[in-house]
Order: sequence, then structure tokens, then C-alpha cells
Amino acid sequence: METKSHNRAQQIERYAGLVARLAPKSDMAKGVVRAFLVGGLICTLGQGITDFFAYKMEFGTQAASTATSICLIFLSALLTGLGVYDRIGKFAGAGSIVPITGFANSVVAPAMEFRREGLVMGVGAKLFTLAGPVLVYGIGSSVIVGLIAFFMEVM
Amino acid sequence: MSKRMGAQTVSLPSRPGVLAFASIVGQKESEGPYGGKFDRIIEDEMNGQKSFEAAERAMLEDAVRLCVSKAGRQLSDVQLLLAGDLLNQIISAGFAARSLAIPFYGLYGACSTISESLSIGGMLADGGFADVLVCATCSHFCTAERQYRTPLELGTQRTPTAQWTVTGSGAVMLAGGAAAKSCAAVLTHATCGKVLDLGITDANNMGAAMAPAACDTIAAHFADTGRGFDDFDLVVTGDLGHLGRDLLIELLREKGVKVPEEKLFDCGCEIFSPRQDTHSGGSGCGCAASMICAHILPELEAGHLNRVLFLATGALLSPTTTMQGESIPGVAHAVALEHRKAGA
Repeated sequence: METKSHNRAQQIERYAGLVARLAPKSDMAKGVVRAFLVGGLICTLGQGITDFFAYKMEFGTQAASTATSICLIFLSALLTGLGVYDRIGKFAGAGSIVPITGFANSVVAPAMEFRREGLVMGVGAKLFTLAGPVLVYGIGSSVIVGLIAFFMEVM
Repeated sequence: MSKRMGAQTVSLPSRPGVLAFASIVGQKESEGPYGGKFDRIIEDEMNGQKSFEAAERAMLEDAVRLCVSKAGRQLSDVQLLLAGDLLNQIISAGFAARSLAIPFYGLYGACSTISESLSIGGMLADGGFADVLVCATCSHFCTAERQYRTPLELGTQRTPTAQWTVTGSGAVMLAGGAAAKSCAAVLTHATCGKVLDLGITDANNMGAAMAPAACDTIAAHFADTGRGFDDFDLVVTGDLGHLGRDLLIELLREKGVKVPEEKLFDCGCEIFSPRQDTHSGGSGCGCAASMICAHILPELEAGHLNRVLFLATGALLSPTTTMQGESIPGVAHAVALEHRKAGA
């Protein structure tokens, strides 16, 4: 029995080696450069919008950054709806996932996808299938960090 | 007299025949190297329906109707429909059978469904349990993406080993008894595959998950029948893709089988051209089904191919098993097909 499971483990290991040898690899360098360029472009656009609201419109820095988020989320949702954002994502990878626009894309995409299953159990239930984990662990860790900060201040 | 040969193969001595076949594919598939050979193209991925799922089953239904009309028959002449697809509870097949009103057995073998249905259909025809039956299957890129992966509009990159689910459907009408006498392409053997799993857990690497099963079924067919690559014009696999095909060649060589690479035709490698950017090639039930109906069966009927071993491969995973970290079991079922000269 033991030799049987040992043989199987060996077989699996051998096959994994064969697959690794023959499988095409992702082009890491190209991916990193594209992600940097597109991600940088999105962030530069965000900075431009912030400066516009902060200095031209005289919003103040806090309100300007909120207005920037609103603009970027709107743009991303619009591009997702027009079927453009997935093409940007195909090109840029993490470059368009990491900024706030990627988060908006991950909410709008399921909203569009599950519209046919109805507004309640379709859109309502599936809206956060992708963004949900980010929200759960983002908010969860902010609570923990907040508690640590609170006790550090008390002490 | 037993029709069994060896451990996994049955012989079909009455030679059930292929009466007719039909294929329908989507726009992207029609732009591939075999684009001109499909019977019908669906330009709109919604296929005039209100959901992708409805589009898929309408395509299956149309393929069956087209196949029946190409044979010059009526739906009511068909005694059995053997069909399946990739969607949960094989809804495309079940719903299509509802409209077609043909007695129906639903099958699930993931992407191996077309050769599974041809195997079982061949046995039913050979056993005298059906004179006229249809084997059919389908897949749709958009329904498969929804079920197995992520929403369509999500901006993610596909991995280099990922395959592109074919939007397509194929239907093959088989005949037994007297009706088979006029057929130029006949079934001679069927080999039932074992489910194999060599520990691949990456759901974006189906080719690697299925290659061991394909290797095992080919080896079993050769051992059971005493045949080898020399006896076939082509060995046609379903949707191993580029990596899966390379792995199959390597695995067969490890078993001591000499592989003439030009005889190994993988529908997943052939259906799209490299510039279509599908990464490792096509996949899905509709890949093998539409390709044999558009290319392999016509070549057999015409006598350009004399003997073919056709095995579609299936990855028997679900989104639940993937999330639970389970490895992916693969299966492959083979049927041997021959050209039969008129009057022979």
C-alpha cells in the first residue's frame, strides 16, 4: 500500500517536471513593462484630475482626492460597459488591475454578466463575487490596524 | 459470440455507418484555417436568443436539424438522440431534446462527449437497438467562460497554457442494419477510456490534465486490436491543444510507441490559426465535434482518409473541485472509423 502511494507521488512529480519543461512561459519582462506603463498612465491621469480639482476648482486636497476616485471609477465603469477595459487588461495585466479602475471593473463586469439572472439573485448576489474578497480582507485588516493604532495611542 | 476485444475495446462487426453530419460554429472559428468547411456560421454570439445559454442550445438544436435534413430524413425517423455539453446539468442537450422530441439519453464526458456518444451510438446500432440515431454536442465560449472562469468583461490576462472554448456544435447521424449499407464511412471499433489523473491542478492547463488519458486510450486501443500508428492514416484527438499534443507525443514515446507526428491531428491545435491569439488552441465539446463534421468525416467519406482513430478528450472537473484544490481527472474515448468503398 505504502509503495503504491509512493509510486503515485513519484509519477505525479515526474509528470509535473515534464509539463514544466514543455509548457510555454509567460514573458515576465514584457508583462512588467506593460504593467508599469499602463498602471503609471492611469496614476498620472489620476494625479492630473486631483490637481485640477485641488487647484483649478479649489476643492481642497481631501475633497479633490474623493472627486478623483469618483472620476476614475466612472471612467472604468464606462470603459467596461463599452467592452474596452477587458482589452486594456489583456494588454496591461496587473497594470490595470491594481489601480482603483481595476476594482471598478471587477464590480461592473459581474453586474453586466449576471443581469440576465435577475436584479436580486443575479446582479444583487453576484456583484461582489470578485471584489468581495478584497472588501472582506481590506476592511478586516483596517479594523485590526485601527485597533493596534488605538492601543498604541492609549499606552 | 462476444464482441469484446481485450481489456477496453469492443468490435462492431455489423459496421454501423455514418449517414450524415452537420457542423455550426461561431464567427471566430469561421475565421480559422477550416472556416470554409463548416455548414453554418453564427455571426452573432447571441444567435438571436436572449441569453448565451439559449444561444448555445439553439445552435445544438439547429445542428441536429441540419444533420437530419442533410440525410434527407425527418426528425421523427430518428430513434435516439445521444447528446451532452459542458454546462451544469447538461442543459443545452436536455433543452434541445425538449424541442426536438427525439427519445434522448443525456451524456456527460466533458469535451470527450462526441466520441463517447459515437462509441455508445455505435454499440447501440451494432446491437440492433437503434437503426437511426444522432450523436451531438456543443459548446459556447461565453457560457463556458461564465461557468468555469470569470465574467467576460473582466480585464485579466489568460495564461500561455490556456485554451479558447470553441463556439460550435456538431451532429452525426449513425445507422445500423440495412440503413448502414449505403454509408461510405463506418465505425469498426470503440475503446472506452479510463479516468486518469496525474495531479494537474491548474484549470488553465487542460491539455496537460487530459494528455495522460489520451495516451492511455491510444495504447489500450493498440494493445486490444493489435494495431499501431501504421494502420491508421490519422489519429485524431479532440482538444489537447499545443501543449497537450506535445505531452501526448512525449508520453507515448515513454511507453515505447513510435509516433509519426504528422499522423497526430489535434482538433484544438487545428481549428484556430496562431494569429488568432488563442494561446494553446481550442477546446470545448464543440471543438472536436465541429472539426470531425467539417473535415475528418468528409475526408473519410471521400476516401481521402481510409482509417482514422478518433478520440476526444475530456477534463472531468467542476468549478467547485477547482476551488477545493482537487487535481483534474481526464478521460478519452476512442472510435475507429473506416472508409468503405461503394458495393463492398
